[in-house]
Amino acid sequence: MEANKVLDAKGLACPMPIIKTKKAMAELESGQVLEIHATDKGAKNDLAAWAKSGGHELAKHEEESDVLKFWIKKG
Amino acid sequence: MAEKKKTTIVLFSGDYDKAMAAYIIANGAAAYDHEVTIFHTFWGLNALRKDEDIAIKKGFIEKMFAKMMPRGADKMGLSKMHFAGFGPKMIKDVMKKHNAVSLPQLIEMAQEQDVKLVACTMTMDLLGLQQEELLDNIEYAGVAAYLSDAEDGNVNLFI
Repeated sequence: MEANKVLDAKGLACPMPIIKTKKAMAELESGQVLEIHATDKGAKNDLAAWAKSGGHELAKHEEESDVLKFWIKKG
Repeated sequence: MAEKKKTTIVLFSGDYDKAMAAYIIANGAAAYDHEVTIFHTFWGLNALRKDEDIAIKKGFIEKMFAKMMPRGADKMGLSKMHFAGFGPKMIKDVMKKHNAVSLPQLIEMAQEQDVKLVACTMTMDLLGLQQEELLDNIEYAGVAAYLSDAEDGNVNLFI
């Protein structure tokens, strides 16, 4: 999936991934995609809930070794 | 989008771990685009103290209080396993290892995210704390101001 911006949140603990995601998302236009890399195990549920609440779409996620990758489309 | 949702937290506790929980939730709520207020009362006021010694004229009891209470967030103790000050050292080491954000950093981040930090003026008087001793850019208020934020709030916590 093509991303407009990539956020490296690897190694960060709660609540940092969500705060960094919010900041990165603010710089995107509606319809653009943010790719996030995280290692916090809670990130999957956190980002899914955050995206839903903010009206964004968690378009895709995958796990590569220990890194969780997410693609969120700005609503 | 419609009107912003609100999160309001009363921080009563002066324990490092409990204050950390409060500030993590506050920062998370700010990332959720909530309007966030933390109302600091009683021992929770210590989280707002500057860490330097500020010369202010005080009475005997106020001086005692000032000495006995932690001066600033970093000096607060743990609610469990404090072990006369050894516990906080251990937990801060573990936090570093896991890349968890320290309480002073969480407070700074909350201010950057426009979380409204409020100090309860009535308990400031009781504990002999004055505005000069507390962080800059915070607000001073009482129960009515807190309730006006909380009454149309969506998340409301007492920690």
